[in-house]
Amino acid sequence: MSVGLEHYLILSAIIFSIGLYGALSKRNAIVILMSIELMLNAVNIAMVAFSRYIVPLALTGQVFAIFIMVVAAAEVAVGLAIIISIYRHRETIDVTKIDLLKW
Amino acid sequence: MGVDIAFWILAVVGVGAALAVVSLRDVFRSALSLILCFLAVAGIYITLSADFLAAVQILIYVGAISVLIILAIMLTREVRRGSPSGKLRIPAFIVAVLFFGGVAFALLNTTWQVSGAPPLEPTTPAIAELLFGEGGFILPVEIVPILLLAAILGAIVLVREK
Repeated sequence: MSVGLEHYLILSAIIFSIGLYGALSKRNAIVILMSIELMLNAVNIAMVAFSRYIVPLALTGQVFAIFIMVVAAAEVAVGLAIIISIYRHRETIDVTKIDLLKW
Repeated sequence: MGVDIAFWILAVVGVGAALAVVSLRDVFRSALSLILCFLAVAGIYITLSADFLAAVQILIYVGAISVLIILAIMLTREVRRGSPSGKLRIPAFIVAVLFFGGVAFALLNTTWQVSGAPPLEPTTPAIAELLFGEGGFILPVEIVPILLLAAILGAIVLVREK
């Protein structure tokens, strides 16, 4: 059986689920950010696969993937800045201990 | 045929690296696995004949984002504590498995209208035409610098020494 659209979509779903598990279960804020990056990459794979197999001549999915990459880069820069700022104030990046908004 | 073999190898490497990211206890090693996963995703793009996107993936993710993440790991000195799982480990696993089951069920039961046309190669001129040409994505392209500027300023303000 040759590789088709479903294979890429299943691969994308697997990587997205791994990222979802990491984002929900980890306590280190940087590892959570890395898991979010995994999820964004999985979405990009799905976008490019759709672009390749459904509309091979339009390339709209690849343009979407480029915009997702831009937003991911901005998100990583701001997210890591927030994490470093929190670390300066509280000496930890354990998300279970960052509970300023908890009553 | 060669593309199929490449896909399977890259898929196994990518999924293995992604599993390593969430399962290794050493934060630094999971960052290195993340880089491996990004490289595997770039290879996946090449099997999808998205050459420009593969180059961008390597430049942005492998080149820039992973360096930022490693820098943040170094700056926070949280490496020796590792990346322990929280109390929600089992529910998170169940949620992830349920999500994957739902998505897999949905996409295996959909009849996709796969087009038999060969892929466009090389993709760079077509993407440039889409991004900057008439009736393309020129407005989002104009908005992107504002977003990047806001992100740069935000990052500088957040980490600046008072």
